[in-house]
Amino acid sequence: MGLMTGDEKHGPAATSTLDVLWVLYDQVLRVGPKQLDDPERDRFLLSKGHGPMAYYAVLVAKGFVPVEWLPGFGSYDSPLGHHPDRVLVPGAEIGSGSLGHGLPIGVGTALGLRAQGLDEPRVWVLIGDAELDEGSNHEAIAFAGPAGLERLHTVVVDNSSASHARPGGIAARFEAAGWSAVTVDGRDHEALYAAFTAPHPGRPHVVVARVEPKNENT
Amino acid sequence: MDTMRDRFAPVVSRLLDEDPRVAVVLAEIGWDAFAEVQRRHPDRVVNVGIREQLLIGTGAGLALTGLRPIVHTFASFLVERPFEQVKLDLGHQDVGAVLVSAAASFDWPAGGYTHMAPGDVALLDTLDGWTVHVPGHPDEAETLLRHAVAAGDDKVYVRLSVQANAVGRAVDGARFHTVREGRSGVVVAVGPTLDAVLAATEALDTTVLYATTVRPFDAAALRHATETAGTDVVLVEPYLAGTSTAAANDALTDVPHRVLGLGVGRRELRRYGHTEEHVAAHGLDARSLRERIGEFVGGGRVVGVSA
Repeated sequence: MGLMTGDEKHGPAATSTLDVLWVLYDQVLRVGPKQLDDPERDRFLLSKGHGPMAYYAVLVAKGFVPVEWLPGFGSYDSPLGHHPDRVLVPGAEIGSGSLGHGLPIGVGTALGLRAQGLDEPRVWVLIGDAELDEGSNHEAIAFAGPAGLERLHTVVVDNSSASHARPGGIAARFEAAGWSAVTVDGRDHEALYAAFTAPHPGRPHVVVARVEPKNENT
Repeated sequence: MDTMRDRFAPVVSRLLDEDPRVAVVLAEIGWDAFAEVQRRHPDRVVNVGIREQLLIGTGAGLALTGLRPIVHTFASFLVERPFEQVKLDLGHQDVGAVLVSAAASFDWPAGGYTHMAPGDVALLDTLDGWTVHVPGHPDEAETLLRHAVAAGDDKVYVRLSVQANAVGRAVDGARFHTVREGRSGVVVAVGPTLDAVLAATEALDTTVLYATTVRPFDAAALRHATETAGTDVVLVEPYLAGTSTAAANDALTDVPHRVLGLGVGRRELRRYGHTEEHVAAHGLDARSLRERIGEFVGGGRVVGVSA
């Protein structure tokens, strides 16, 4: 990650996701650089496109993106911007940056896979706790629960960056819509893995990964 | 006569039966008409509830998995309310969809301004790569819906309206068609404005082109028409006035020309009533068009007409 400079203001946003991303790509997602167009691959949608350095670093570590691309981060000729573009980044399922787009697209992706009889692939969407401010997420949450979209998974990286939040409010909102919900320490790899792989028959699943608050030292 | 929207569910139901790539996404509006086909294709006919950001996002997700989504609701809630989803979830993600609107300009005037979106085509003009079909008759709507769905992974907008011409014409999903040839001006009538334009120009020596696919704009047809009819061009559009004025200018950029863009005015009328009353209020009835077109192409000289 040290090779990527120029987006320091989103440094906390980048590091908050690092452990979640690593556990997902290392142990959970069934996708690799040779499966970019494989209909059977799991889909990981990075909705919280701010601070994508950790995402790019993981994509490099897993062989999707050449390490040589990292130093150019954010430059005119680089495929790696301060928000990722799916057209430019191998392995990126969506382009993101404007908050609140990933979860609705994830709903459609889950429905599209189901409609084609692709029963194995799972869909994962990573969002931030402040990103949940966007109403579009709530349209998706409220639909996916009653629709029983079991293959849809959301991980909310909670670094307490929302200006208006209540303790426990994130999981409660998902649960109210019929989701399976687990809240874990977002730095604890074993706990993350257990939460990511917990069974949730007939229901979509959310993992709230709590990390140190974004503004702890400011 | 039935309406374009009456044809929508039957045509799309047949497409669902024929093509396993086709999927439909609705946000309550129009759902009843799809109940039967939904039982046949439960996973390819989706109602997301009254959630229009999710409506477009869901369409985009379906497209990302390789399906051909048809997304439908009223234009206000299809193009305007989730405009950023249209821009990003489809355009920026580089996936296609067929957006089918109803009630765009003033199909339901008694419903008021919340259910009017005359700026829909102008909004889409700020984005890249959209094909825009504006059928003028239910038969044309059927044809253009089929063109739209068959257009690979293109981004296509189909604008259905209760306004319609008395008879349908052969449309090909691409070109403008010459309905009448004259020597003193070219009038481009878009979709359901054709009957009024033909009545308005009956005694004028103008060429009338009929446009049901307005994006891409058929610049070649307009240029060709101006070779014999001169470069006074009138656009009559059933949506925001002037929407295609820039496209007409671009088509004639190397010749001196004049363009008059007629269509729905920006000003909110704050009137209810009937569609015909709104057509007249925006100066799009035959009598108003006769005056406005006649004045423009002939300096007001209209031959042998008793209005």
